[in-house]
Amino acid sequence: MKPLYDLVIIGAGPAGLAAAVTASEYGLSTMVLDEQQLPGGQIYRSIEKSVPENASALGKDYFYGENLVQEFRRSRVDYLSGATIWDIGRDLTIGYLADEQARQVRAKHILIAVGAMERPVPIPGWTLPGVMGAAAADILFKSCDMVPEGPVVLAGSGPLLLLVACRLLDNGVNVAGMVETNGFSDNLKALPYLPRALRASHYLIKGLSMRWKVRKSDIPIFQKAVKLRIEGEDSATALCFESRGKAQRIPARTVLLHEGVVPSLQLTRLLGCEHQWYARQRYWRPVLGDRGQTSVSGVSVAGDAGGIFGAKTAETAGKLAAIDIAFTLQVLSAQERDLAAYPLLKVRDREMAIRPFLDTLFPPGHEALVPPNDETLVCRCEELTAGQIREAIALGALSPGQVKAQTRSGMGPCQGRMCGLTIAEMIAASRQVSLADVGHLRVRPPVKPITLGQLANLEVVE
Amino acid sequence: MLKRLHDISDRRKVTIDFEGMQLEVPAGETVSAAVLAAETDYTRTSAISGVHRGPYCQMGVCFECLMEIDGVPNSQACMIEVRHGMTVRRQHGARGVSDEASV
Repeated sequence: MKPLYDLVIIGAGPAGLAAAVTASEYGLSTMVLDEQQLPGGQIYRSIEKSVPENASALGKDYFYGENLVQEFRRSRVDYLSGATIWDIGRDLTIGYLADEQARQVRAKHILIAVGAMERPVPIPGWTLPGVMGAAAADILFKSCDMVPEGPVVLAGSGPLLLLVACRLLDNGVNVAGMVETNGFSDNLKALPYLPRALRASHYLIKGLSMRWKVRKSDIPIFQKAVKLRIEGEDSATALCFESRGKAQRIPARTVLLHEGVVPSLQLTRLLGCEHQWYARQRYWRPVLGDRGQTSVSGVSVAGDAGGIFGAKTAETAGKLAAIDIAFTLQVLSAQERDLAAYPLLKVRDREMAIRPFLDTLFPPGHEALVPPNDETLVCRCEELTAGQIREAIALGALSPGQVKAQTRSGMGPCQGRMCGLTIAEMIAASRQVSLADVGHLRVRPPVKPITLGQLANLEVVE
Repeated sequence: MLKRLHDISDRRKVTIDFEGMQLEVPAGETVSAAVLAAETDYTRTSAISGVHRGPYCQMGVCFECLMEIDGVPNSQACMIEVRHGMTVRRQHGARGVSDEASV
Protein backbone atom coordinates (compact mmCIF):
# COMPACT_ATOMS: atom_id res chain seq x y z
CA MET A 1 0.00 0.00 0.00
CA LYS A 2 1.09 3.54 -0.69
CA PRO A 3 1.68 5.55 2.47
CA LEU A 4 -1.47 7.22 3.78
CA TYR A 5 -1.51 10.49 5.74
CA ASP A 6 -4.39 12.28 7.42
CA LEU A 7 -3.20 15.42 5.73
CA VAL A 8 -0.78 16.21 2.93
CA ILE A 9 0.07 19.89 2.63
CA ILE A 10 1.51 21.15 -0.64
CA GLY A 11 3.69 24.21 -0.16
CA ALA A 12 5.88 25.37 2.74
CA GLY A 13 5.17 29.10 2.72
CA PRO A 14 3.36 30.86 5.58
CA ALA A 15 0.04 29.07 4.94
CA GLY A 16 1.56 25.60 4.65
CA LEU A 17 3.89 26.03 7.62
CA ALA A 18 1.16 27.35 9.94
CA ALA A 19 -1.23 24.62 8.83
CA ALA A 20 1.41 21.95 9.43
CA VAL A 21 2.14 23.15 12.96
CA THR A 22 -1.57 23.36 13.83
CA ALA A 23 -2.37 19.98 12.28
CA SER A 24 0.43 18.26 14.16
CA GLU A 25 -0.79 19.85 17.42
CA TYR A 26 -4.14 18.16 16.80
CA GLY A 27 -2.32 14.88 16.25
CA LEU A 28 -3.00 14.58 12.52
CA SER A 29 -0.40 12.56 10.64
CA THR A 30 0.90 15.23 8.30
CA MET A 31 3.22 15.39 5.34
CA VAL A 32 4.47 18.60 3.72
CA LEU A 33 5.69 18.53 0.12
CA ASP A 34 7.45 21.63 -1.19
CA GLU A 35 9.26 22.46 -4.42
CA GLN A 36 11.87 24.65 -2.80
CA GLN A 37 14.92 23.39 -0.92
CA LEU A 38 14.13 25.27 2.32
CA PRO A 39 10.89 26.18 4.12
CA GLY A 40 9.52 29.72 3.98
CA GLY A 41 7.91 30.03 0.57
CA GLN A 42 8.85 33.03 -1.52
CA ILE A 43 8.02 35.60 1.16
CA TYR A 44 10.34 34.08 3.79
CA ARG A 45 12.59 32.53 1.18
CA SER A 46 15.91 31.13 2.52
CA ILE A 47 15.25 32.63 5.95
CA GLU A 48 17.34 29.91 7.60
CA LYS A 49 20.44 30.96 5.70
CA SER A 50 20.02 34.70 5.22
CA VAL A 51 23.23 36.73 5.11
CA PRO A 52 23.63 38.72 8.39
CA GLU A 53 24.77 41.85 6.51
CA ASN A 54 21.39 41.94 4.75
CA ALA A 55 19.35 41.96 7.95
CA SER A 56 18.36 45.61 7.88
CA ALA A 57 17.48 45.59 4.17
CA LEU A 58 15.39 42.44 4.61
CA GLY A 59 13.52 44.09 7.47
CA LYS A 60 11.40 42.90 10.37
CA ASP A 61 8.50 41.72 8.20
CA TYR A 62 10.87 39.16 6.71
CA PHE A 63 12.35 37.98 10.00
CA TYR A 64 8.84 37.58 11.40
CA GLY A 65 8.94 34.33 9.43
CA GLU A 66 11.82 32.93 11.53
CA ASN A 67 9.54 31.90 14.37
CA LEU A 68 7.14 30.23 11.98
CA VAL A 69 9.90 28.19 10.38
CA GLN A 70 11.38 27.22 13.78
CA GLU A 71 7.99 26.04 15.04
CA PHE A 72 7.59 24.06 11.84
CA ARG A 73 11.01 22.45 12.24
CA ARG A 74 10.08 21.45 15.80
CA SER A 75 6.70 19.97 14.81
CA ARG A 76 6.13 16.28 14.17
CA VAL A 77 5.59 16.56 10.44
CA ASP A 78 7.13 14.60 7.58
CA TYR A 79 8.70 17.32 5.45
CA LEU A 80 10.05 16.70 1.98
CA SER A 81 11.72 19.58 0.19
CA GLY A 82 12.63 19.67 -3.49
CA ALA A 83 9.47 17.71 -4.33
CA THR A 84 7.58 18.55 -7.52
CA ILE A 85 3.94 17.49 -7.86
CA TRP A 86 3.12 15.99 -11.27
CA ASP A 87 -0.38 14.71 -10.52
CA ILE A 88 -3.15 14.53 -7.95
CA GLY A 89 -5.91 12.02 -8.63
CA ARG A 90 -9.53 12.46 -7.60
CA ASP A 91 -8.90 9.73 -5.01
CA LEU A 92 -6.33 12.13 -3.47
CA THR A 93 -3.31 10.12 -4.54
CA ILE A 94 -0.46 12.56 -5.06
CA GLY A 95 2.30 11.88 -7.54
CA TYR A 96 5.56 13.67 -6.85
CA LEU A 97 9.12 13.70 -8.06
CA ALA A 98 12.03 14.17 -5.66
CA ASP A 99 15.69 13.38 -6.34
CA GLU A 100 14.70 12.08 -9.78
CA GLN A 101 12.48 9.43 -8.18
CA ALA A 102 8.73 9.43 -8.85
CA ARG A 103 6.60 8.36 -5.89
CA GLN A 104 3.00 8.39 -4.78
CA VAL A 105 1.40 9.13 -1.46
CA ARG A 106 -2.25 9.05 -0.41
CA ALA A 107 -4.05 11.58 1.75
CA LYS A 108 -7.37 11.66 3.56
CA HIS A 109 -7.26 15.39 3.08
CA ILE A 110 -5.13 17.71 0.94
CA LEU A 111 -4.31 21.32 1.68
CA ILE A 112 -3.11 23.29 -1.32
CA ALA A 113 -0.86 26.12 -0.14
CA VAL A 114 1.18 26.72 -3.26
CA GLY A 115 0.96 30.51 -3.17
CA ALA A 116 1.08 32.86 -6.09
CA MET A 117 3.11 33.76 -9.14
CA GLU A 118 3.86 37.10 -10.71
CA ARG A 119 1.37 38.06 -13.37
CA PRO A 120 3.17 37.79 -16.71
CA VAL A 121 3.79 41.20 -18.31
CA PRO A 122 3.78 40.67 -22.08
CA ILE A 123 5.30 43.73 -23.73
CA PRO A 124 7.59 43.84 -26.78
CA GLY A 125 11.06 42.67 -25.75
CA TRP A 126 10.05 41.02 -22.46
CA THR A 127 11.68 37.76 -23.55
CA LEU A 128 15.13 39.35 -23.83
CA PRO A 129 17.81 38.27 -21.36
CA GLY A 130 18.15 41.03 -18.77
CA VAL A 131 14.39 41.22 -18.27
CA MET A 132 12.94 39.58 -15.17
CA GLY A 133 10.00 39.80 -12.85
CA ALA A 134 10.49 42.17 -9.92
CA ALA A 135 9.74 39.25 -7.58
CA ALA A 136 12.57 37.34 -9.25
CA ALA A 137 15.00 40.07 -8.19
CA ASP A 138 13.63 39.84 -4.65
CA ILE A 139 14.08 36.05 -4.64
CA LEU A 140 17.71 36.40 -5.82
CA PHE A 141 18.40 38.88 -3.05
CA LYS A 142 16.89 36.69 -0.33
CA SER A 143 18.24 33.35 -1.52
CA CYS A 144 21.57 34.22 -3.12
CA ASP A 145 22.62 37.63 -1.76
CA MET A 146 22.56 39.02 -5.29
CA VAL A 147 21.24 42.11 -7.02
CA PRO A 148 20.81 42.81 -10.74
CA GLU A 149 23.44 44.89 -12.45
CA GLY A 150 22.53 48.50 -13.00
CA PRO A 151 21.28 50.58 -14.51
CA VAL A 152 18.00 48.95 -13.50
CA VAL A 153 14.57 50.16 -14.61
CA LEU A 154 11.45 49.02 -12.77
CA ALA A 155 8.16 49.07 -14.62
CA GLY A 156 4.55 48.25 -13.84
CA SER A 157 2.32 48.51 -10.82
CA GLY A 158 1.97 47.04 -7.34
CA PRO A 159 3.34 47.20 -3.80
CA LEU A 160 6.07 44.71 -4.65
CA LEU A 161 7.49 47.03 -7.30
CA LEU A 162 7.92 49.66 -4.61
CA LEU A 163 9.45 47.17 -2.18
CA VAL A 164 11.97 45.95 -4.74
CA ALA A 165 12.88 49.55 -5.65
CA CYS A 166 13.62 50.22 -1.96
CA ARG A 167 15.72 47.07 -1.61
CA LEU A 168 17.78 48.02 -4.67
CA LEU A 169 18.30 51.54 -3.28
CA ASP A 170 19.33 50.11 0.10
CA ASN A 171 21.92 47.99 -1.68
CA GLY A 172 23.36 50.86 -3.67
CA VAL A 173 22.14 49.63 -7.05
CA ASN A 174 21.90 52.23 -9.81
CA VAL A 175 18.14 52.55 -10.37
CA ALA A 176 17.60 54.55 -13.55
CA GLY A 177 13.83 54.84 -13.44
CA MET A 178 10.56 53.84 -11.85
CA VAL A 179 7.96 53.59 -14.61
CA GLU A 180 4.49 53.12 -13.16
CA THR A 181 1.53 52.04 -15.25
CA ASN A 182 -0.92 53.27 -12.59
CA GLY A 183 -1.33 56.91 -11.58
CA PHE A 184 -3.24 59.62 -9.79
CA SER A 185 -6.68 58.55 -11.05
CA ASP A 186 -6.16 55.20 -9.33
CA ASN A 187 -5.42 57.03 -6.07
CA LEU A 188 -8.81 58.69 -6.37
CA LYS A 189 -10.56 55.41 -7.12
CA ALA A 190 -8.92 53.81 -4.09
CA LEU A 191 -9.87 56.65 -1.74
CA PRO A 192 -13.31 55.28 -0.74
CA TYR A 193 -11.57 52.14 0.58
CA LEU A 194 -9.13 54.10 2.71
CA PRO A 195 -11.23 54.22 5.91
CA ARG A 196 -11.54 50.44 5.94
CA ALA A 197 -7.82 50.11 5.17
CA LEU A 198 -7.04 52.14 8.31
CA ARG A 199 -7.95 49.01 10.30
CA ALA A 200 -4.68 47.57 8.96
CA SER A 201 -2.80 50.85 9.20
CA HIS A 202 0.65 49.22 9.58
CA TYR A 203 0.48 48.34 5.89
CA LEU A 204 -0.36 51.93 4.99
CA ILE A 205 2.54 53.23 7.06
CA LYS A 206 4.92 50.76 5.42
CA GLY A 207 3.63 51.70 1.97
CA LEU A 208 3.97 55.41 2.61
CA SER A 209 7.49 55.06 3.96
CA MET A 210 8.51 53.06 0.89
CA ARG A 211 6.89 55.67 -1.35
CA TRP A 212 8.77 58.39 0.55
CA LYS A 213 12.07 56.58 0.18
CA VAL A 214 11.67 56.34 -3.60
CA ARG A 215 10.50 59.97 -3.85
CA LYS A 216 13.41 61.42 -1.92
CA SER A 217 15.93 59.40 -3.95
CA ASP A 218 16.93 60.85 -7.30
CA ILE A 219 15.14 58.16 -9.31
CA PRO A 220 13.06 59.62 -12.14
CA ILE A 221 9.45 58.53 -11.57
CA PHE A 222 6.90 58.30 -14.37
CA GLN A 223 3.21 57.57 -13.99
CA LYS A 224 0.45 56.34 -16.30
CA ALA A 225 3.10 54.96 -18.64
CA VAL A 226 1.84 53.39 -21.87
CA LYS A 227 3.36 51.76 -24.96
CA LEU A 228 6.06 50.05 -22.92
CA ARG A 229 8.69 48.36 -25.07
CA ILE A 230 12.08 46.91 -24.27
CA GLU A 231 14.88 47.53 -26.76
CA GLY A 232 17.78 45.20 -27.37
CA GLU A 233 19.21 42.63 -29.78
CA ASP A 234 20.61 39.82 -27.66
CA SER A 235 19.77 41.38 -24.31
CA ALA A 236 17.87 44.35 -22.92
CA THR A 237 19.43 47.77 -23.49
CA ALA A 238 16.59 50.23 -22.77
CA LEU A 239 12.96 50.66 -21.77
CA CYS A 240 10.89 52.92 -24.04
CA PHE A 241 7.41 54.22 -23.19
CA GLU A 242 5.14 57.24 -23.25
CA SER A 243 4.13 59.16 -20.15
CA ARG A 244 1.83 62.19 -20.23
CA GLY A 245 2.01 62.21 -24.02
CA LYS A 246 5.79 62.37 -24.11
CA ALA A 247 8.05 59.61 -25.50
CA GLN A 248 10.73 58.43 -23.09
CA ARG A 249 13.72 56.11 -23.36
CA ILE A 250 15.73 54.94 -20.35
CA PRO A 251 18.91 52.95 -21.07
CA ALA A 252 19.07 49.88 -18.83
CA ARG A 253 21.07 46.74 -18.29
CA THR A 254 18.22 45.13 -16.35
CA VAL A 255 14.47 45.68 -16.64
CA LEU A 256 12.26 44.43 -13.81
CA LEU A 257 8.58 44.04 -14.68
CA HIS A 258 5.68 43.67 -12.27
CA GLU A 259 1.91 43.91 -12.56
CA GLY A 260 0.89 42.27 -9.33
CA VAL A 261 0.68 38.61 -8.41
CA VAL A 262 -1.98 36.02 -9.20
CA PRO A 263 -2.88 32.73 -7.48
CA SER A 264 -1.20 29.55 -8.73
CA LEU A 265 -4.17 27.47 -9.84
CA GLN A 266 -2.67 24.45 -11.54
CA LEU A 267 -3.62 22.06 -8.73
CA THR A 268 -7.07 23.42 -7.90
CA ARG A 269 -7.87 23.36 -11.63
CA LEU A 270 -6.54 19.82 -11.93
CA LEU A 271 -8.77 18.70 -9.05
CA GLY A 272 -11.82 20.33 -10.62
CA CYS A 273 -12.43 22.87 -7.86
CA GLU A 274 -14.92 25.60 -8.65
CA HIS A 275 -13.28 28.99 -9.38
CA GLN A 276 -14.54 32.55 -9.59
CA TRP A 277 -13.31 35.60 -11.49
CA TYR A 278 -12.05 38.49 -9.35
CA ALA A 279 -12.48 41.48 -11.64
CA ARG A 280 -10.71 44.14 -9.55
CA GLN A 281 -7.31 42.44 -9.81
CA ARG A 282 -8.27 40.38 -12.86
CA TYR A 283 -7.47 36.88 -11.71
CA TRP A 284 -9.26 33.62 -11.03
CA ARG A 285 -9.39 32.18 -7.55
CA PRO A 286 -10.98 29.04 -6.12
CA VAL A 287 -14.34 29.48 -4.39
CA LEU A 288 -13.57 28.92 -0.71
CA GLY A 289 -15.44 28.58 2.54
CA ASP A 290 -14.43 30.55 5.63
CA ARG A 291 -11.91 27.91 6.60
CA GLY A 292 -10.52 27.21 3.13
CA GLN A 293 -12.90 24.44 2.00
CA THR A 294 -13.10 24.08 -1.80
CA SER A 295 -16.04 22.67 -3.76
CA VAL A 296 -14.24 19.30 -3.85
CA SER A 297 -14.54 17.13 -0.78
CA GLY A 298 -11.20 16.47 0.92
CA VAL A 299 -9.48 19.44 -0.72
CA SER A 300 -8.79 22.76 1.02
CA VAL A 301 -6.80 25.83 0.05
CA ALA A 302 -4.94 28.34 2.24
CA GLY A 303 -2.85 31.38 1.46
CA ASP A 304 -2.37 33.26 -1.79
CA ALA A 305 -3.33 30.19 -3.85
CA GLY A 306 -6.87 31.13 -2.81
CA GLY A 307 -6.58 34.85 -3.66
CA ILE A 308 -3.89 37.44 -2.98
CA PHE A 309 -4.12 38.55 0.65
CA GLY A 310 -0.50 38.48 1.78
CA ALA A 311 1.69 36.52 4.18
CA LYS A 312 -0.02 37.27 7.51
CA THR A 313 -3.46 36.39 6.17
CA ALA A 314 -1.97 33.25 4.64
CA GLU A 315 -0.65 32.15 8.02
CA THR A 316 -4.04 32.64 9.66
CA ALA A 317 -5.77 30.89 6.76
CA GLY A 318 -3.38 27.95 7.18
CA LYS A 319 -4.34 27.60 10.85
CA LEU A 320 -8.04 27.88 10.02
CA ALA A 321 -7.76 25.23 7.33
CA ALA A 322 -5.97 22.84 9.69
CA ILE A 323 -8.70 23.36 12.32
CA ASP A 324 -11.37 22.65 9.73
CA ILE A 325 -9.57 19.53 8.52
CA ALA A 326 -9.22 18.29 12.12
CA PHE A 327 -13.00 18.65 12.40
CA THR A 328 -13.59 16.84 9.10
CA LEU A 329 -11.39 13.99 10.29
CA GLN A 330 -13.39 13.91 13.54
CA VAL A 331 -10.56 15.00 15.81
CA LEU A 332 -12.44 18.16 16.82
CA SER A 333 -16.12 18.62 17.53
CA ALA A 334 -18.03 21.38 15.75
CA GLN A 335 -18.00 23.39 18.95
CA GLU A 336 -14.24 22.98 19.46
CA ARG A 337 -13.67 23.95 15.86
CA ASP A 338 -15.74 27.13 16.14
CA LEU A 339 -14.08 28.07 19.42
CA ALA A 340 -10.60 27.70 17.89
CA ALA A 341 -11.56 29.41 14.64
CA TYR A 342 -13.32 32.45 16.08
CA PRO A 343 -10.29 34.55 17.17
CA LEU A 344 -8.46 33.65 13.96
CA LEU A 345 -11.37 34.80 11.81
CA LYS A 346 -11.27 38.14 13.58
CA VAL A 347 -7.52 38.50 13.00
CA ARG A 348 -7.96 37.60 9.36
CA ASP A 349 -10.75 40.13 8.86
CA ARG A 350 -8.51 42.88 10.18
CA GLU A 351 -5.55 41.84 8.00
CA MET A 352 -7.75 41.64 4.91
CA ALA A 353 -9.12 45.15 5.42
CA ILE A 354 -6.23 46.63 3.43
CA ARG A 355 -6.97 44.62 0.28
CA PRO A 356 -9.82 46.55 -1.44
CA PHE A 357 -7.69 49.69 -1.09
CA LEU A 358 -4.48 48.07 -2.39
CA ASP A 359 -6.26 46.18 -5.16
CA THR A 360 -7.82 49.42 -6.43
CA LEU A 361 -4.69 51.52 -5.99
CA PHE A 362 -2.59 49.12 -8.04
CA PRO A 363 -4.71 47.83 -10.92
CA PRO A 364 -2.82 45.73 -13.45
CA GLY A 365 -1.97 47.91 -16.45
CA HIS A 366 -4.34 47.40 -19.36
CA GLU A 367 -1.53 46.85 -21.88
CA ALA A 368 -0.15 44.02 -19.78
CA LEU A 369 -3.56 42.34 -19.82
CA VAL A 370 -4.36 42.72 -23.53
CA PRO A 371 -1.11 43.47 -25.40
CA PRO A 372 -2.00 46.00 -28.13
CA ASN A 373 1.20 45.51 -30.13
CA ASP A 374 0.88 42.55 -32.54
CA GLU A 375 4.60 41.78 -32.27
CA THR A 376 4.52 41.09 -28.52
CA LEU A 377 5.32 37.47 -27.72
CA VAL A 378 2.42 36.10 -25.67
CA CYS A 379 3.35 32.42 -25.47
CA ARG A 380 7.04 32.43 -24.57
CA CYS A 381 7.57 28.68 -25.01
CA GLU A 382 5.99 28.23 -28.43
CA GLU A 383 6.96 31.79 -29.47
CA LEU A 384 3.52 32.99 -30.52
CA THR A 385 2.84 36.68 -30.93
CA ALA A 386 -0.24 38.67 -29.97
CA GLY A 387 -0.89 39.00 -33.71
CA GLN A 388 -0.96 35.23 -34.17
CA ILE A 389 -3.26 34.79 -31.18
CA ARG A 390 -5.58 37.50 -32.51
CA GLU A 391 -5.61 35.79 -35.90
CA ALA A 392 -6.75 32.54 -34.26
CA ILE A 393 -9.47 34.45 -32.40
CA ALA A 394 -10.56 36.12 -35.65
CA LEU A 395 -10.79 32.68 -37.24
CA GLY A 396 -13.33 31.74 -34.59
CA ALA A 397 -11.47 30.39 -31.55
CA LEU A 398 -13.82 31.05 -28.63
CA SER A 399 -11.75 29.75 -25.72
CA PRO A 400 -8.10 29.40 -24.68
CA GLY A 401 -8.42 25.69 -25.46
CA GLN A 402 -9.44 26.43 -29.04
CA VAL A 403 -6.58 28.93 -29.45
CA LYS A 404 -4.27 26.23 -28.14
CA ALA A 405 -5.58 23.69 -30.66
CA GLN A 406 -4.97 26.15 -33.51
CA THR A 407 -1.64 27.62 -32.48
CA ARG A 408 0.06 25.36 -29.85
CA SER A 409 -0.15 28.20 -27.30
CA GLY A 410 0.29 26.71 -23.84
CA MET A 411 1.82 23.47 -25.13
CA GLY A 412 5.42 24.24 -24.16
CA PRO A 413 7.17 23.33 -20.91
CA CYS A 414 5.41 26.01 -18.82
CA GLN A 415 2.07 24.50 -19.84
CA GLY A 416 0.24 27.79 -20.21
CA ARG A 417 1.27 29.27 -16.87
CA MET A 418 2.74 32.28 -18.67
CA CYS A 419 0.21 32.77 -21.50
CA GLY A 420 -3.10 31.32 -20.28
CA LEU A 421 -4.42 34.41 -18.57
CA THR A 422 -3.31 36.74 -21.38
CA ILE A 423 -4.99 34.65 -24.07
CA ALA A 424 -8.23 34.54 -22.08
CA GLU A 425 -8.11 38.35 -21.67
CA MET A 426 -7.50 38.75 -25.42
CA ILE A 427 -10.49 36.58 -26.28
CA ALA A 428 -12.70 38.45 -23.79
CA ALA A 429 -11.60 41.82 -25.19
CA SER A 430 -12.16 40.73 -28.77
CA ARG A 431 -15.56 39.14 -28.14
CA GLN A 432 -16.48 41.83 -25.61
CA VAL A 433 -17.60 39.30 -23.06
CA SER A 434 -16.61 38.61 -19.46
CA LEU A 435 -13.68 36.37 -18.60
CA ALA A 436 -16.16 34.09 -16.90
CA ASP A 437 -17.67 33.40 -20.34
CA VAL A 438 -14.29 32.73 -21.90
CA GLY A 439 -13.04 30.18 -19.40
CA HIS A 440 -9.48 28.99 -18.95
CA LEU A 441 -7.01 26.44 -20.26
CA ARG A 442 -7.83 22.93 -19.11
CA VAL A 443 -5.15 21.59 -16.79
CA ARG A 444 -4.13 17.99 -17.35
CA PRO A 445 -1.51 15.79 -15.72
CA PRO A 446 1.43 15.80 -15.66
CA VAL A 447 1.20 19.35 -14.25
CA LYS A 448 5.00 19.59 -14.20
CA PRO A 449 7.18 17.89 -16.79
CA ILE A 450 8.26 14.36 -15.97
CA THR A 451 10.10 12.03 -18.33
CA LEU A 452 8.65 8.71 -19.45
CA GLY A 453 11.68 7.08 -17.83
CA GLN A 454 10.89 8.67 -14.48
CA LEU A 455 7.25 7.68 -14.80
CA ALA A 456 8.18 4.11 -15.73
CA ASN A 457 10.42 3.94 -12.67
CA LEU A 458 7.59 5.00 -10.35
CA GLU A 459 8.25 3.46 -6.97
CA VAL A 460 5.84 0.62 -6.32
CA VAL A 461 5.08 -0.01 -2.67
CA GLU A 462 3.76 -3.50 -1.86
CA MET B 1 23.81 40.23 -15.19
CA LEU B 2 23.80 39.64 -11.42
CA LYS B 3 26.34 40.62 -8.84
CA ARG B 4 26.99 39.25 -5.38
CA LEU B 5 26.59 41.84 -2.66
CA HIS B 6 29.16 40.49 -0.25
CA ASP B 7 32.58 38.93 -0.32
CA ILE B 8 32.35 35.16 -0.60
CA SER B 9 35.91 34.26 0.44
CA ASP B 10 34.73 33.03 3.88
CA ARG B 11 31.82 31.03 2.48
CA ARG B 12 31.88 27.31 1.77
CA LYS B 13 32.26 27.00 -1.97
CA VAL B 14 31.83 24.41 -4.68
CA THR B 15 33.22 24.33 -8.19
CA ILE B 16 30.97 23.93 -11.19
CA ASP B 17 31.82 23.76 -14.87
CA PHE B 18 29.78 26.19 -16.93
CA GLU B 19 30.47 25.92 -20.64
CA GLY B 20 34.07 24.96 -19.89
CA MET B 21 34.58 27.77 -17.35
CA GLN B 22 35.38 26.70 -13.79
CA LEU B 23 33.19 28.74 -11.45
CA GLU B 24 33.84 28.74 -7.73
CA VAL B 25 30.51 29.62 -6.16
CA PRO B 26 28.96 29.55 -2.67
CA ALA B 27 27.18 26.30 -1.79
CA GLY B 28 23.44 26.76 -1.67
CA GLU B 29 23.16 29.06 -4.65
CA THR B 30 20.81 28.03 -7.43
CA VAL B 31 22.41 27.12 -10.74
CA SER B 32 20.64 29.97 -12.51
CA ALA B 33 21.92 32.57 -10.03
CA ALA B 34 25.46 31.19 -10.08
CA VAL B 35 25.56 31.29 -13.87
CA LEU B 36 24.00 34.76 -14.16
CA ALA B 37 26.59 36.07 -11.71
CA ALA B 38 29.32 34.87 -14.07
CA GLU B 39 28.96 37.69 -16.59
CA THR B 40 26.40 35.98 -18.75
CA ASP B 41 22.80 36.85 -19.30
CA TYR B 42 21.46 34.04 -21.44
CA THR B 43 21.11 30.46 -20.39
CA ARG B 44 19.44 28.86 -23.40
CA THR B 45 18.38 29.47 -26.98
CA SER B 46 14.67 29.25 -27.68
CA ALA B 47 12.98 26.17 -29.12
CA ILE B 48 11.47 27.77 -32.24
CA SER B 49 13.56 30.74 -33.41
CA GLY B 50 16.80 30.02 -31.56
CA VAL B 51 17.09 33.44 -29.89
CA HIS B 52 18.80 34.06 -26.54
CA ARG B 53 16.68 33.61 -23.44
CA GLY B 54 17.38 33.94 -19.74
CA PRO B 55 15.58 33.10 -16.48
CA TYR B 56 12.50 35.27 -15.87
CA CYS B 57 10.69 34.15 -12.70
CA GLN B 58 13.32 32.41 -10.50
CA MET B 59 10.60 30.31 -8.89
CA GLY B 60 9.95 27.41 -11.22
CA VAL B 61 7.00 28.83 -13.15
CA CYS B 62 8.27 30.18 -16.49
CA PHE B 63 10.65 27.39 -17.60
CA GLU B 64 12.93 29.97 -19.27
CA CYS B 65 15.90 28.72 -17.23
CA LEU B 66 16.00 25.26 -18.82
CA MET B 67 19.63 24.10 -19.05
CA GLU B 68 21.56 20.89 -19.47
CA ILE B 69 22.74 20.00 -15.98
CA ASP B 70 25.01 16.97 -15.57
CA GLY B 71 23.90 15.80 -18.99
CA VAL B 72 20.17 16.07 -18.23
CA PRO B 73 18.41 18.47 -20.61
CA ASN B 74 15.33 20.53 -19.65
CA SER B 75 16.59 20.95 -16.07
CA GLN B 76 15.12 23.97 -14.28
CA ALA B 77 18.28 25.85 -13.28
CA CYS B 78 16.40 28.10 -10.84
CA MET B 79 15.16 25.10 -8.82
CA ILE B 80 18.44 23.20 -8.58
CA GLU B 81 21.25 24.07 -6.20
CA VAL B 82 24.88 23.93 -7.30
CA ARG B 83 26.78 20.75 -6.43
CA HIS B 84 30.53 20.27 -6.46
CA GLY B 85 31.69 18.98 -9.84
CA MET B 86 28.43 19.81 -11.58
CA THR B 87 28.52 20.34 -15.34
CA VAL B 88 26.22 23.06 -16.63
CA ARG B 89 25.57 23.77 -20.29
CA ARG B 90 23.26 26.16 -22.07
CA GLN B 91 20.42 24.31 -23.72
CA HIS B 92 20.15 24.98 -27.42
CA GLY B 93 16.60 24.72 -28.72
CA ALA B 94 14.20 22.00 -27.65
CA ARG B 95 15.64 18.95 -25.92
CA GLY B 96 16.25 16.01 -28.20
CA VAL B 97 14.47 12.69 -27.87
CA SER B 98 17.02 10.14 -26.74
CA ASP B 99 16.32 7.01 -24.77
CA GLU B 100 14.24 9.17 -22.44
CA ALA B 101 11.45 11.20 -24.00
CA SER B 102 9.94 14.18 -22.24
CA VAL B 103 6.19 14.31 -21.95
